[in-house]
Amino acid sequence: MSNQKQTQSTQTSTQNSQDIQYFAKQEKIYPKRVWGRYRKIKWLVMAITLGIYYLTPFIRWDRGPNAPDQAVLIDLNNAKAYWFWIEIWPQEVYILTGILILAAIGLFFVTSLFGRVWCGYTCPQTVWTDLFVWVERIIQGDRNARKKLHESPWTFDKIKKITLTHAIWLFIAWWTAGSFVLYFNDAPTLVRSFFEWDVSPVVLTFIGGLTFSTYLMAGFAREQVCTFMCPYARFQSAMFDRDTLIISYDEQRGEQRGKHKKGESWEGRGHCIDCTACVQVCPMGIDIRNGLQMECIACGLCVDACNNIMDKIDLPRGLIRYDTTNHMEAEVKGGDEKFKFIRPRTIYYLCVIVLVGCTMLYALINRAPLQLNVLHDRNPLFVQLSSGEIRNGYILKILNKTHDHLEYKISLDGLDDARIEVKAAGEADKNKLHVPADSVGSYHVYVSSFAEPGKPREITFNIQDQSGKYKDSYTSKFVTRND
Amino acid sequence: MTDEKKHKKEVDKVTGVETTGHEWDGLKELNNPLPRWWLWVFFICVIWSCWYFVVYPSWPVPGGATEGSSGYTQFKELRESQNEIIARQARYLERFEGASFDDIMNDEELYAFAIAGGSSAFKDNCATCHGTGAAGAKGYPNLNDDDWLWGGKLENIHQTINYGIRADNLDTRVSQMPSFGKDELLKREEIDAVVDYVLSLSGHKKKDSYDLGVKIFQEQCASCHGEKGKGMREFGAPNLTDKIWLYGGDRATVFKTVYYARAGMMPAWGERLDENTIKQLTVYLHQLGGGESDEAVIDEEKVIEHVEPETDTEYSNEHAE
Repeated sequence: MSNQKQTQSTQTSTQNSQDIQYFAKQEKIYPKRVWGRYRKIKWLVMAITLGIYYLTPFIRWDRGPNAPDQAVLIDLNNAKAYWFWIEIWPQEVYILTGILILAAIGLFFVTSLFGRVWCGYTCPQTVWTDLFVWVERIIQGDRNARKKLHESPWTFDKIKKITLTHAIWLFIAWWTAGSFVLYFNDAPTLVRSFFEWDVSPVVLTFIGGLTFSTYLMAGFAREQVCTFMCPYARFQSAMFDRDTLIISYDEQRGEQRGKHKKGESWEGRGHCIDCTACVQVCPMGIDIRNGLQMECIACGLCVDACNNIMDKIDLPRGLIRYDTTNHMEAEVKGGDEKFKFIRPRTIYYLCVIVLVGCTMLYALINRAPLQLNVLHDRNPLFVQLSSGEIRNGYILKILNKTHDHLEYKISLDGLDDARIEVKAAGEADKNKLHVPADSVGSYHVYVSSFAEPGKPREITFNIQDQSGKYKDSYTSKFVTRND
Repeated sequence: MTDEKKHKKEVDKVTGVETTGHEWDGLKELNNPLPRWWLWVFFICVIWSCWYFVVYPSWPVPGGATEGSSGYTQFKELRESQNEIIARQARYLERFEGASFDDIMNDEELYAFAIAGGSSAFKDNCATCHGTGAAGAKGYPNLNDDDWLWGGKLENIHQTINYGIRADNLDTRVSQMPSFGKDELLKREEIDAVVDYVLSLSGHKKKDSYDLGVKIFQEQCASCHGEKGKGMREFGAPNLTDKIWLYGGDRATVFKTVYYARAGMMPAWGERLDENTIKQLTVYLHQLGGGESDEAVIDEEKVIEHVEPETDTEYSNEHAE
């Protein structure tokens, strides 16, 4: 069909000079196995990143008796996030903003120096796809065997191999989904609940959904995600300049390419022997010899493949290599150009990183362990008492971010004759407001005063714990009439 | 098309797409099938609808609809969620039922339960007259303040809610103020004098008729409102010396009150709500700010028989401007 279309389009090219293909069918890619420096780095990075991902929920971190002991935990029920010694409340979600800014600028910074190495080595899409391809290869064999199996008619052997592959994929996907859920629950408890067949439907739904998406993305969508779905892939090229390290084919040295027989002279021809090793190993299915392409994720597997071939035919390595445009052009002219890591672009990326990092550090170091919020009653705004006093009601929200149960006392500035009354169960009064560890205490407080009716006046609630170590205040209004 | 079977695939030159072989007046139809994914979604929906047809009520028949194999109805679902909520409340209710007010006020959980339940019961039943914030309105007391006609301890509030005021109930709280003007118990100038006297109790200027006012008040009003006008909770008689007026504290309104009298009423909620809800309402109202504790000293007077002139002068001095 596509061939037919092609011939048609050439035939009609005179009438229709712009022949646009609107839909590109996914061509199945069978990346060939390769061994070399970058492959080694990729395996290592995969082991580290997957190790971090799968094992982190099981790391314990002692926070005392009143807080969870999971090192990394997002506790949605209690609206807290824990990361080792850092704890974030919903009020501090700006720290998350800071992390996102750091991640984005960090990506820009690395990209402007080394190209899309994030994509090639650490992106989860790449890592899990790599893992799935590895499973595929172990069971179905290398590139040619896989291709043959895929195109062959259905036999018992094929069914067996394909089923096994998908079963293992699903198992990995399930494990991945389960690990994700562990970040939101106490890991050992949840794992135990699996063995006891007592998992909540919410957890199962999430695991089901994530299993499916992992299976789909790493098993089937693969490079399509990078090419068509991922926005970062597209705008990372905006961080490139002539001093960015990119996977480069040395055209000067490689062309004219052509087949080469052992013993033939290299005079008058390029070093590329057109073996297509670089194409066969490419997980994106592109030919790097066509120059830098949008699809290239800078994984360096073609560099490994080409270097292995160069070793075999006794030519120097580096026909395909990580290089900068400037450096390559200088070499053509016979000169040598040093890599320029310090450039205006990298400097201001670094400045932003340092700035945001310091701001976050400041925020974390100065994180208040006690915070007071005051909500003025709205219905009614004020109450006339029989004595002539006017009373306003407030709800005091006391945020105890420490891991101890504490008692607080409050005082008031702005009204000299203010009478403070606390309504709560038991013995609570203004000198004894109990708030459990790591939680918010809520108290209804009434303030009465003989203040003359007039415009709302500002009053300030001061709070401190019994030892006086933690303090905070909040300025609210005292309403005396209907305006 | 003379012979369909002989038709060979024809490709349109401009678009490079096959035709279907259909032709009308030289116009040929291109074969652009629906996208595969669209078809799949469609087929899945068809299969799903068959499943739905069997499992859920779907086909209207006289008197309802086919039942569906799952037996699902929204009524059932509602009942289930209601039962769930009732079961959730049962945990607290069990303890709440037998708890005294003392227990509730000292138990954080029960206290919170009472306020949550009381707050919603208040909005359902009481807010119509007393307002959503319990701030009241003319004739409907503000329940946030410290001025109580019939008492502000938990027990008093509980009794008021349970039996109502001037309600159709044997145990209801009841008292009646005479209509001094309408029933011609007092003359117009006597009413004027007593109104001015009452106003002077809460800081208004004394008028020339002050002495007449004092006399009338002691004769006619003091038996319920007290010698000093500080009210009496046994009769639901309001304190006339404070800053709070149920119907308004301006002269015209006070005059109207004395002339026609006032008698607000509240239903006996014990006949409509269960005991737990009334207990919850009691605790809720008590914590709105005016609730009195058991030890509170209430500044009200006893009925007195004799007029003591010193008291009057002392009192009027207090309020002299």
